[in-house]
Amino acid sequence: MPETLGDLALEVRSKNAGPFWVTMELFMRDAEGYAMAADEDFLNEEVIARLYGVPAGEVRFFRIPALRVVKLSFPRAASQGGLHDRDVHRGQHHVPLAALVPPGRPGG
Amino acid sequence: MNDSSVRVLVPAGMLGAGFPPETVERGLALGADVIAIDGGSTDSGPHYLGSGTPKTARAAVAADLRILLNAAARARIPLIVGSCGTSGTDGGVDWVAGITAEILAEDGLGLTVATVYSEQSPEPLAERLAAGAVRPLPPMGELEPGTLRECTHIVGMMGHEPIEAALRAGAQVVLAGRATDTAVAAAYPLMRGMPPGPTWHAAKIVECGGQCTTDPRAGGVFATIDHDGFTIEPLDPTVACTPTSVAAHMLYETADPFRMREPAGTLDVSAADYRALDERTVRVEGSRFEPAEQHTIKLEGARISGYQTMSFSAIRDPRILGQIEDWAALLRKVLADRVSRTLGLAPDDYAVDLRLYGHNAVLGELDPASGPPREVGVMLLVQAADQATATAVAKVANPLMLHLPTADMAYLPSLAFPFSPAETERGPAYEFVLNHTVDVDSPTALFRTEYRKAAADA
Repeated sequence: MPETLGDLALEVRSKNAGPFWVTMELFMRDAEGYAMAADEDFLNEEVIARLYGVPAGEVRFFRIPALRVVKLSFPRAASQGGLHDRDVHRGQHHVPLAALVPPGRPGG
Repeated sequence: MNDSSVRVLVPAGMLGAGFPPETVERGLALGADVIAIDGGSTDSGPHYLGSGTPKTARAAVAADLRILLNAAARARIPLIVGSCGTSGTDGGVDWVAGITAEILAEDGLGLTVATVYSEQSPEPLAERLAAGAVRPLPPMGELEPGTLRECTHIVGMMGHEPIEAALRAGAQVVLAGRATDTAVAAAYPLMRGMPPGPTWHAAKIVECGGQCTTDPRAGGVFATIDHDGFTIEPLDPTVACTPTSVAAHMLYETADPFRMREPAGTLDVSAADYRALDERTVRVEGSRFEPAEQHTIKLEGARISGYQTMSFSAIRDPRILGQIEDWAALLRKVLADRVSRTLGLAPDDYAVDLRLYGHNAVLGELDPASGPPREVGVMLLVQAADQATATAVAKVANPLMLHLPTADMAYLPSLAFPFSPAETERGPAYEFVLNHTVDVDSPTALFRTEYRKAAADA
C-alpha cells in the first residue's frame, strides 16, 4: 500500500473559514513527516490548484514547524449551502490532500 | 480602572451546545470576572441568516442560559452572549431576550438586560456604497446596490465597542446581535483596561470553548488576561491545555492563522510565545494588536437563490452500479428532454444537481477513489424560481428515479425509494452574497441598544 500524507499525519482536516474560504491542515506525526509535507517541491500552490480545481494564485500556504503543521486556504468552489454544495461545512474535502503520496515513500 | 488582571469564563463554544454545570461552578470558584459565550456562526450555511431562524433548539438555549444567568447573578458578574439566534438578526436577539426574560422571572433574578441590535437596512448601506465606503473582501467583487435590496437579512458584525457601551451603561446581561466571535470575550477585559494584544488573542483562543484543550468535548475554558499576556486552562480539571493545543487553535476555521482583522484593528500573533506553566495551564505572551486607521464593520447578507425540491431513490442492483456514471448521464439527458417536452421549460428555467451518494456525491470529480460501490443513494435536487416549478421537475423525474434502465437492459428495473411521497419540498434556498466592509465614523454607529432594567426591589 502506498504511504500517504494521511498515513504520516496525526490528523488531516478541512473546514470552512467563513462562508467564502476553505482551509485545511496537515498535523504531521513527526519531524520527518513534517519535512515531507512542508517540502515546497512536493506540496505547493500548483498541486492544490490541480487537486481542488482552484487558481494557484488564490491558494495560501502556511508552514508552521513549531506545530509540525502545514496549513493551506483557498476560496470555496461552490457557494455555501447552494445547489451544488455537497459539503456545507467543507469537513470532508481533506481526503484528496490526505491521499497524496510523498516522493520516496512506498508507492510514491 | 487599573486592574492587574481580568478573568474570563467561557462555558462552551456555542450557547445551546450544553456543558456540565459543575464546570461553571469551577470557573466561579477560580474568580471569574465575566462569563462570555458565542450564540452563533455562519458555519452551518446561509439558511439561518436568510430565514432569520436559529439553528439551536429553544430548550437547549434555555437550559444553558438558566445555568449562566443564575451563575452571573450569584457571582455578581456580567454575562455576555454574542450573535444571538445563530445569525444575530434582530429577531434572533429578541428570541434569546424572550427566553432570558422568562428565566429571570421564573428564577426571581433581578438583572438589567441590554439587547444590542445589529441588523442593517439596505438603503443607508446603498448610500454608503455610493459614497465609496463599502469594500469587498476577497474573493468577492464590487457590490451592486441591487444586491443589498435583494437580501432578506443584512447584519453588521460588531466589535467590542457596543458591548462595552452597554456594560458601562449598567447592563448585567448583554445580548448582542451579530458580533465577531472574539468581541464577546474581549469586551469586558478591554473595558477594564487590559491591553488589546493579549485580550484579542485570548478571546480568539477561547471562542470555541474547549476546542483549544486536549479534549474538546469536556466543556469550557478559563482565561486570565493581564498586562503582559494571558494564561489559559480548561474548566474541567481532568483536561489540559498544552502549548500545542492552544497554538493549534489559531488554525481552526481561519484562512490566515497569524493575522485576524477586528473592526478596530488587526491581531498579529506571529511573534506569540506559548509556554506550559504546569501540566494543564498555558501562558501566552508576545501577541500584538495594530489599531486600524479606519474603523470598518463587516457585513453579512443572504438572499433567496430559488426554491428547491428533493427526490431520493437508491440502487442496489450490481448491474446498474457497474455503470453508474452512464446511468446518471442517461437520467440527466432523459429528464432534460421530458422537462422540455412536458413542462415547456428552457434549460435556464431550472437547475438540477444529481448526487450519487455511495459513489462520489461528496467530492464529485475531486474524488481520488474509484471502483463500483455496493449501493448508491441517488439524490436529485431541483432548484427553480418558484416552488411549484421545482416540484414539477422533480415529479417529471419520478418515473426515471423509479424505473430508468441502463442502455443494455431490455427490461425496466424498479429502484428503491425510501419514502412516499418521493419528493420533499425544501422551500426557499438562500445564498450569502455579502462579504464586504463598510467604513464607519463611530464603532457603535450601526448598532442600537435597548435596556430592560431590573425591578428596583430585585
